[in-house]
Amino acid sequence: MLEDTTLIAEIVVSVLLVVAGVFGLVGSLGLVKLDDTMRRLHAPTKATTLGIGGVLIASMIYSAVFLDRLSFHELLITVFLFLTAPITANFIAKSYMHRHVDEGDLPPTEGPYGWAVYDAVPEDERPIDTK
Amino acid sequence: MLRRIFPHPQLTLMLTGVWLLLVNTVSAGNLLLGLVFGLAIPVITQPFWQKRPVIKRPLRVVEYIALVTWDIVMANVVVAYTILFKSNARTRSAWVRVPLDLTSPEAITLLAGTITMTPGTVASVLSADASSILVHCLDTDDPEAVRDEIKHRYERRLKEIFE
Repeated sequence: MLEDTTLIAEIVVSVLLVVAGVFGLVGSLGLVKLDDTMRRLHAPTKATTLGIGGVLIASMIYSAVFLDRLSFHELLITVFLFLTAPITANFIAKSYMHRHVDEGDLPPTEGPYGWAVYDAVPEDERPIDTK
Repeated sequence: MLRRIFPHPQLTLMLTGVWLLLVNTVSAGNLLLGLVFGLAIPVITQPFWQKRPVIKRPLRVVEYIALVTWDIVMANVVVAYTILFKSNARTRSAWVRVPLDLTSPEAITLLAGTITMTPGTVASVLSADASSILVHCLDTDDPEAVRDEIKHRYERRLKEIFE
């Protein structure tokens, strides 16, 4: 009985590690293969989340089954990753647009103001109070 | 009086929880230290969050997290497929404008984060008056379908949670 659970856990951990490794690799491969900065952004924001997620779940199962202690560190890493990945992607996108994308190539906002990289609203008319 | 000691009960709870996760062991000492942080940090940072978002339907948050987690897994598969099996020439990228009905900054931030983490889209920039968001699609034949999906799948749910 005990051997069975250990075996199942071993298989699950191995599968998770392999899947995670493949996605991590594909994410990095995307950086090389895709040919435009905006396209390249898609690879690390997505393909790697499953890569890291898989390793973290494998780590939780491993420490619960083989080291006999519950570990929840990994949940925190997942949360931080999900918080930081979109923000980093947004920073890169905005600075790239600022330097390399012409406003005319973008769809119009169809509002009174343009996109935030190219246009600004006067301080007294800001819809979102940033103070 | 209670409000002076606990200006932000949710933040207190979250900080204590994060502390326990960081040290990775639950003991009386750690719980106490976590509570000290959980009580002190909200009091010190109080001036920064005077307008705080109200979550109207907490249960919907759980539903939203489950939905987004599932979509992130699918996003990984879709993007991996595009990277591995589609040539750059056949990948059709597009900019899509999504008009926003959301008004609270927290809700818009969450929507932008969700867009970036889910299939084939990256949120790039807001319009200066925050009335629409510009999204970059990695590979799509139908930009309007992408826009409608973002509006129905994510924005509608966020609107129910926040507004």
